[in-house]
Amino acid sequence: MSQVPADLRYTRSHEWVRQLPDGSVEVGITDHAQAALGDLVFVEVPEGGRTVGSGDAFAVVESVKAASDVYAPIAGEVISGNDALATRPELINEEPYGQGYIARLRPGSAAEIEGLLDAAQYTAHLASEA
Amino acid sequence: MGQRTPLYDAHLAAGARLVDFGGWDMPVHYGSQVEEHHAVRRAAGAFDVSHMCVVDLTGDGVRPFLGRLLANDVGRLTRPGKALYSCMLREDGGVIDDLIVYFIQPGFFRLVVNAGTADKDLAWIRSQAAGHAVEVTARRDLGIVAVQGPGARAVCTPLLPAGCPAADLAPFSATPCGDWFVARTGYTGEDGFEVILPVGALPGFWSALLAAGVRPCGLGARDTLRLEAGMNLYGSDMDETVTPLESGLAWTVAFSDGRDFIGRAALEAQLAAGSVRRLVGLLLEDRGVLRSHQRVVTAAGEGEVTSGTFSPTLSRSIGLARLPAAAGDRVEVDIRGRLLPARIVKPPFVRHGRALPGILETTEESKP
Repeated sequence: MSQVPADLRYTRSHEWVRQLPDGSVEVGITDHAQAALGDLVFVEVPEGGRTVGSGDAFAVVESVKAASDVYAPIAGEVISGNDALATRPELINEEPYGQGYIARLRPGSAAEIEGLLDAAQYTAHLASEA
Repeated sequence: MGQRTPLYDAHLAAGARLVDFGGWDMPVHYGSQVEEHHAVRRAAGAFDVSHMCVVDLTGDGVRPFLGRLLANDVGRLTRPGKALYSCMLREDGGVIDDLIVYFIQPGFFRLVVNAGTADKDLAWIRSQAAGHAVEVTARRDLGIVAVQGPGARAVCTPLLPAGCPAADLAPFSATPCGDWFVARTGYTGEDGFEVILPVGALPGFWSALLAAGVRPCGLGARDTLRLEAGMNLYGSDMDETVTPLESGLAWTVAFSDGRDFIGRAALEAQLAAGSVRRLVGLLLEDRGVLRSHQRVVTAAGEGEVTSGTFSPTLSRSIGLARLPAAAGDRVEVDIRGRLLPARIVKPPFVRHGRALPGILETTEESKP
């Protein structure tokens, strides 16, 4: 059973969002997503300063099997990509909600975050896809 | 729902993630494709490849029939037990399938063909066999387990039927053991066996291998292992639209014996016309992953990646690509709109667990 931390927000395309005290957010892909992808071998993270729209493909994760786009869960400006993934893509497999985050964003609007799925809704979404 | 091998339940119990492969529900991995890959390079792994089809050919006319059917020369199979890799071609030289043929005894040869092509292969073989004294039997009563890795033969041999002479097998040869059949062949670049056995014996043999410490491995690791070993995959690196000459398989086409094999005239015409595209190995020099169908830009025109992956042994991306004949040593690959440099190298990339000379050196020298 995949982990779904209660304090995060989620998308139907299996990204997560963590709100930080300074108003920025961390985003990544969920435990379910990393398990489905398998061993990750290459990650392309967005560069700082880039403006992304909600639902834009803003990162690429490649497993031994295939390449997959990661979609921006919300609109905003990229503060920084997680450069550690350049040499250690497996961090996403090991700690999808921790060191394996993909980028930090400055959200365009806080309200958009509130519109994302909460943990219970995302868990229900996973069950509906199974 | 696809077809299932007799090990389907065992795969589920072992935590397999299943995918469709050629109409079969097969394990792609059992948790970690990369760890399965390393297990085969360092110790031993087992693959259920029972989706592949064993085809037995018997009768007085078998040897001349195979001389016509296959582009490689079964005349090279002089002693019982010897195996040969070959393509089976259309008249226009297109590859119907690649296969292994085993010479079991006079009047008895065994083919192992790919799963996704088995039906069309059988129809083709039967249509071509008309007029030859040959009986064609698809052996769906047999399963196949590949046990591969430096430790594979040692761990597998005690689990074979009593008295099986498999321990004495030379590479690329095989022996019957009662109703089992053991070949020292594989698709990983490592030592090991491919064991063909009655489906009823399959679950017991499989669980005995796992109990002996052999790691179950899925098709994912099978693909990264075969690509590191520089082996083609039918449907990706060649199919009916290309000939073996433009698929890196010229070495499997025997012209010198003068046989009139199916497709010969087309291949000779292709050679005479010149400028035959070639299938080459690629090492991506930048970060990223080569994937099939990516565009390759060369000084002599464009080509295409036919297989690409991340090599767990080299920690680099490798692939095969079909390129214009005159392509130089350095090319660029279009990965999501960016042209990344790649170097043409001669496969295999990895043999017996190590990078081959010339695969990585140039890049290491260029490091600051």
